[in-house]
Amino acid sequence: MRKAFFQTIGVFKTALPILTGVLLLINLLDPILRSRYSRWFTGDYLGDSLIGAVAGSLSFGIPITSYIAGGELLAKGVSLLAVTAFIMSWSTVGLVMMPLEASFLGRKFALVRNAVNFGFAVLIAVCTDLLLKVLG
Amino acid sequence: MKEEKKVAQPAGRWKFLLLMLAVYPVVGFLNPDLAGQALAGFKSMVMKVIPILGLVFIALFAVNLLLNPERIKKHLGRDSGIMGWFYAVIGGILISGPPYVLYPMLGEFKRLGVRNSLIAVYLYNRNVKIPFLPVMAYYFGLRYTVVVSVLIILFSLLNGLLVGRLTE
Repeated sequence: MRKAFFQTIGVFKTALPILTGVLLLINLLDPILRSRYSRWFTGDYLGDSLIGAVAGSLSFGIPITSYIAGGELLAKGVSLLAVTAFIMSWSTVGLVMMPLEASFLGRKFALVRNAVNFGFAVLIAVCTDLLLKVLG
Repeated sequence: MKEEKKVAQPAGRWKFLLLMLAVYPVVGFLNPDLAGQALAGFKSMVMKVIPILGLVFIALFAVNLLLNPERIKKHLGRDSGIMGWFYAVIGGILISGPPYVLYPMLGEFKRLGVRNSLIAVYLYNRNVKIPFLPVMAYYFGLRYTVVVSVLIILFSLLNGLLVGRLTE
């Protein structure tokens, strides 16, 4: 039990500096990004899906926030493809979280996973758009 | 094993924190409103995180106390087979929490022998959040919600295969 306790303390000692740093970074970026989402989209169908994925990758928060922001973007005329890429990368790609992810799961793992997830965000957006069109 | 060496970088963690602590006064000088908003957000987030960290401490302590590497390896290790993938998908959908809380726990699982591909599958399926699905359906419709959720589960397997292949 003593060993398990000190192992857990060790994990926390490792986590706290980087967790504090990540929280400071998130809270600094959040007010800058949130007011600018709709200005990033150009109206280009495919280009907007990439912009959506980039915007989602830079953002952080619970998924509900991305649904609300996505709903607002849809209302402003941004395509469903771009909004889906935005929602997907919001929750699967965490550029701001990468230092924390890398410190526990390894730098290579964090880099590869986030890169793969970025590509998948666009891919899932395309598949969703196509499937919804097929389903009517 | 190379990967494990990269994981342990205590100096990097402190440098990152010091960098962030140094950025705030600069932002405060250039844009006091932004710094004020950021600090207020940070304070509010810390207050939310502290109780969660208490729960994480208990969960991590239980993991270290009750689970041994052999048991973990059997269910989620290299030879876990199709059931390992099943556990990763179900675990990702059912066990929720912010990433900054989950990473320390997943790091412990990795240390105990869980495969990278299964960690990737678990993390991907966190996006099928059952309590949030009604909100998604409200904004985008039920059909959209079902299609996206099914695609996330299917793509999570491909995601695990790719991440595993590229990192292990």
